[in-house]
Amino acid sequence: MAQDQPDRGQRGLPGGTPRYSAFAIAKQALNYHQGWQRAWRAPEPKAEYDVVIIGGGGHGLATAYYLAAVHGITNIAVVEKGWIGGGNTGRNTTIIRSNYLWDESAAIYEHSMKLWEGMSQDLNFNVMFSQRGVLTIAHSEHELREMSRRVHAIRLNGIDSDILEPDEIKAFVPIINIDQSIRYPVMGGFLQRRGGTARHDAVAWGYARAADDLGVDIIQNCEVTGLRRQGRRITGIETNRGFIKTRKVGCVVAGHSSVIAAMAGIRLPIASRPLQALVSEPIKPVLDTVIMSNAVHMYISQSDKGEMVLGAGVDKYNSYAQRGSFPVPEHMLSAAVELFPVLSRLRMLRHWGGIVDTCPDASPIISKTDIDGLYFDCGWGTGGFKATPGSGHVFADLIANDRPNKIAAPYALDRFSTGLLIDEHGAAGVAH
Amino acid sequence: MLLIPCPFCGPRDETEFSCGGEAHIARPLADTQISDAEFAEYLFMRDNPKGLFLERWRHSAGCRRWFNLARDTISHEIIEVYPMGKLPQSAAAKTTYGQSWRRDTAAEKAALPIKDIAKPSKRGGAA
Repeated sequence: MAQDQPDRGQRGLPGGTPRYSAFAIAKQALNYHQGWQRAWRAPEPKAEYDVVIIGGGGHGLATAYYLAAVHGITNIAVVEKGWIGGGNTGRNTTIIRSNYLWDESAAIYEHSMKLWEGMSQDLNFNVMFSQRGVLTIAHSEHELREMSRRVHAIRLNGIDSDILEPDEIKAFVPIINIDQSIRYPVMGGFLQRRGGTARHDAVAWGYARAADDLGVDIIQNCEVTGLRRQGRRITGIETNRGFIKTRKVGCVVAGHSSVIAAMAGIRLPIASRPLQALVSEPIKPVLDTVIMSNAVHMYISQSDKGEMVLGAGVDKYNSYAQRGSFPVPEHMLSAAVELFPVLSRLRMLRHWGGIVDTCPDASPIISKTDIDGLYFDCGWGTGGFKATPGSGHVFADLIANDRPNKIAAPYALDRFSTGLLIDEHGAAGVAH
Repeated sequence: MLLIPCPFCGPRDETEFSCGGEAHIARPLADTQISDAEFAEYLFMRDNPKGLFLERWRHSAGCRRWFNLARDTISHEIIEVYPMGKLPQSAAAKTTYGQSWRRDTAAEKAALPIKDIAKPSKRGGAA
């Protein structure tokens, strides 16, 4: 539920950025909307910052925001090689949930969920967070048993999860086909009612505006080409716009994590894979929840524009091309059409790909490294969007205090030496 | 759709293949003593280059045999196909192989020497 927030009234954000509101829209309309201000500045990089965040996606911008808002560290730059939110943040299928199996996962994803629930108010930016529910379907006896175990574990962690029978699923999702003779029949499902979707671009923009308001410099078209060290300590970053001196570098670049890590001689267990998604032509509202299916590697929702938003599994080879091959969405769509016959005549309007940083245990890496002042937040694979606020929040805490908090600690890089993996392959709707 | 040149069958659609990930990861021999962190370098840490990548592929729906590719992960261009158990011959792939951090790891030094790869041995080969 939304936490109590200080009443901002007609004041803007803490740093003076004018407030977004219905009143502001009405007032600006009188001036033909010519008075809107830039949502964030475009400063030249300074010579030095206290912290530099590499990566201007949702996680990186959230990290910068929480460093400023929670820890009072405002002499920060976010450097982004392209445009903010142009990577995986702008390419995902917007699903948000916290119904994971292991205690460590429940901690971070639920921490994130609670931040989602207050985000639009906290940032004074409508991220269109819609708790329309996320329903995961079970298609076999095995999946039903696994689902039951999963639901109990989720509920023991205080997170909402309900089991639905096929007839209840049909009542909840009228367009679904519950015929038991299809290739992947609906035998049951588990529903997180507090799960749902948000507008992915808005999350990047909301955090960018709020971070900029607190004094964070957001520097786009700035690509990191090297990391400078003195001994085992970071001294700054080399970029295509010059050298920037700093003592703390937080690297949040998803699919490019290994590229940056290699600049410091850091080894990661990450494989960068294509992940594809597509949207259909817009149609009238027919689906008011999110459906996921492990067996068919499909997840679907309907955007507010009316487009069906669909995603699938990763292509099974390494790639930085931001594109995959047709057999993946074709395989997904054939199963989707079987489950939702109304999709069969829809034309697909747009199709794209991102670069997902997959980890051997399908869990992220939030960690210090052997280099003092160098921190990594990566390895979210196909499930990073839902963790955007939680990841940013705990990563900011790690960078500010140079030690992980209770939520982040299990995700240290050394778990691959100790063997304390957090295996969440079954939780994602897709195989890695 | 990748068109993959199986050295035994010829060029086929990627759907006929499975990708085996990074090539030339030598398994440390069981009786060698390396630390957990050094073993983790073998078991979990991976090359993940934005550029030329040496990887293993298997023609699962065809001849079912393994081979190696040198493939660019940005353009998906295949630079070289070479047999399982051998090293690449093209200049670019040889450089990629030689410059990889894996060559200096304790795990690789604890594996069978490269020259024994092609010969069957009592311990079973590494490749």
